Amino acid sequence: MALTNDRIKERLITKFGDQVSGFAEPYGMLTFEAPKEINLKVLNFLYDDEELKFRFLTDLQAVHYPDQKGTELAVVYHLHNLADNVRIRFKVFTDMNKPDVYTATGLFSGANWMERETYDFFGVNFVGHPNLKRILNVEEMDYFPMRKEYPLEDQTRVDKDDEMFGRG
Amino acid sequence: MTEHEHIKLPEGSIEKTTTTLNLGPTHPATHGVFQNILELDGERIVSAEQTVGYIHRAFEKLAERRPLYQVTPLTDRLNYCSAPINNMGWHLTCEKLLGIKTPKRVDYLRVIIMELARIADHLICNSIVGVDTGAYTGFLYVMQYRELIYEIWEEICGSRLTTNIGRIGGFERNFNDIAFQKLEKFLKEYPRVLQEFINLFERNRIFMERTQGTGAISADRALNYSFTGPNLRAAGVDYDVRVHTPYSSYEDFQFNIPVGTTGDNYDRWQVRNAEMWESLRIIEQAYQKVQEFKGAEADVYHADVPEYYLPEKEDVYAKMEALIWHFKIVMGETKIPVGEVYHCVEGANGELGFYLISDGGRTPYRLHFRRPCFIYYQAFEELTKGSMLSDAIVTLSSLNLIAGEMDA
Amino acid sequence: MPRPVSYNVNVKPLERDISLADMPGGHMGEGFFATSLDKVVGLARKNSIWPLPFATSCCGIEFMATMGSHYDLARFGSERVGFSPRQCDLLMVMGTIAKKMGPVVKQVYLQMAEPRWVMAVGACACSGGIFDTYSVLQGIDQVVPVDVYVPGCPPRPEAIIDGVMRIQDLVGKESLRRRNGERYKALLESYGIQ
Repeated sequence: MALTNDRIKERLITKFGDQVSGFAEPYGMLTFEAPKEINLKVLNFLYDDEELKFRFLTDLQAVHYPDQKGTELAVVYHLHNLADNVRIRFKVFTDMNKPDVYTATGLFSGANWMERETYDFFGVNFVGHPNLKRILNVEEMDYFPMRKEYPLEDQTRVDKDDEMFGRG
Repeated sequence: MTEHEHIKLPEGSIEKTTTTLNLGPTHPATHGVFQNILELDGERIVSAEQTVGYIHRAFEKLAERRPLYQVTPLTDRLNYCSAPINNMGWHLTCEKLLGIKTPKRVDYLRVIIMELARIADHLICNSIVGVDTGAYTGFLYVMQYRELIYEIWEEICGSRLTTNIGRIGGFERNFNDIAFQKLEKFLKEYPRVLQEFINLFERNRIFMERTQGTGAISADRALNYSFTGPNLRAAGVDYDVRVHTPYSSYEDFQFNIPVGTTGDNYDRWQVRNAEMWESLRIIEQAYQKVQEFKGAEADVYHADVPEYYLPEKEDVYAKMEALIWHFKIVMGETKIPVGEVYHCVEGANGELGFYLISDGGRTPYRLHFRRPCFIYYQAFEELTKGSMLSDAIVTLSSLNLIAGEMDA
Repeated sequence: MPRPVSYNVNVKPLERDISLADMPGGHMGEGFFATSLDKVVGLARKNSIWPLPFATSCCGIEFMATMGSHYDLARFGSERVGFSPRQCDLLMVMGTIAKKMGPVVKQVYLQMAEPRWVMAVGACACSGGIFDTYSVLQGIDQVVPVDVYVPGCPPRPEAIIDGVMRIQDLVGKESLRRRNGERYKALLESYGIQ
């Protein structure tokens, strides 16, 4: 039997009940969310189950929604079942004041640098990560640049006139 | 000891038996800027710590400021050796979000351009592997043929390296006769050169001894590290986005996916060569298919989407709707539908993914590039632990690390 | 109907033989030739510049095309590109320099021996290019003094060769006492280099 989005949804609801929610299928990819406490349980279930077999982590990164108070940061996992060629998107929301999410490096070694990048840009603290340091920005940077409240340009530069760019 | 009082060594450095070597960001053999701090025991590598970010240009934050068309020049600069693949991948993502279907002729022309870009990228990678083992000649021979590829791109979009080629829905101009003549010249001359390049290295004793058995990775570890592309195929897994989730009419073409066995440097080199042969086959098939379009169909080079594709200049000066659309597209005031889409293409290094979240405004709310180089560089320590320093250099170049894609 | 692309098929004949460098002006006699020292030193230096290609990104690939046989930078005396600063004259910075990389550029510049020249190739090295962001250095002249700026994104190989020819002009005409003079010292002081 081919693995369809409905079948995956059914299995997830059977296993986790109402902890998984927010099912949608934008452009054909099943998307759902779960509380951050069970993110490893969901990932392990999707990995170990013989029918679901989501054993390839395509992508891991975060999105900042400043308007949703209490769930500002979303960590998004894209998983891929290579055998049946099915993709799935799994979101975990967390609070801005306490952005702790369990790390997926135990399951996928490739998540190591992806989580460091997410930490560097958004400040998501991955609990249990072996080496959570900044990876792309300079070590001394003290803010998380991809969050919406910070500007793109370096505010200390003197040679570019913001008035000319419409940003004065 | 009194005779050594004037020398002050750091704590623990006499007991330490390994040497720290900084394979620093300024790198001979022009690979790109990334740093490796190696701990060496004589010539053997005990551990390697990587530092990246020396060319971090904040693409993802930049993209939040730019309307869809202005993001295309950013995507050029990701994997700059094969820029058209990035451009087309981005346009395909936009077309998926906007729900645009491109005509077949456009798809076939895109396939020609993308496969030429793949050949260009694999040529650089393989010849640099040769340079790192000491053989400079292959590189010089092959750069001459990259110039031919550049000329083909130049005929179509005007630029050699950072091409910014194509538009959402197709191309900016039809391929003229000169472009097709240059393509035919390339198809005629290149196979002989590729064969000569392969003959220089393939059964060369020194090259084989340098590259076989070094930098090997098993298929399980490669999948766990989320490898994609030629590095994964050299380890034995036949995952290719063009076959798994075909885009741009790749399902109409016949081609094989070359797969290696051990995942070492020699297998990666062989897989890239075999992929270049397959790319030549695809280009020939695509060229034939393009020539089969006759009459009015032969002039189609873009989809009919006036809200997202710049109208013809005569219409802009004559018709009101064309003027309005031209103004809105250039100023970036066209509204993008709300939604989130993930689309991936087979870049020269692997699965290049674009995760685009739009909130209905004029610019993306969040755009994330799933960059293959960034993801597989973290496996470098595992690839080189216990091997010699010179093997690590060859591994570094055979992985085809492009710094622009790694740091984005 | 978009404008058709035109194709240049006119071949210009070679006007003068450029395979030998011009002799500097001077006084010639039976078995001797007298000229000033800085002309001879300039002639020798400008035709054998050894570049250090500090290639970071896309402009580096255009540099590789320039070194290839089609555009051939080796004709200008730059046959041997070195990666060791101690052995090179010209620091060609090609590509975007991020703030993380700035100290590395400065260190490489400091390790070069006088006389040294710096060429900024590409828009990113000249002024930050299209990357007006928090992580990109807006031009390498924030950290090192630059002699020639080559604009372009990326500049065509012909433009890079033009930049090298301008450097050759600068090298040929440079006074022998420039590096010890007050103006040069003041220039280096402004960058914090002793």
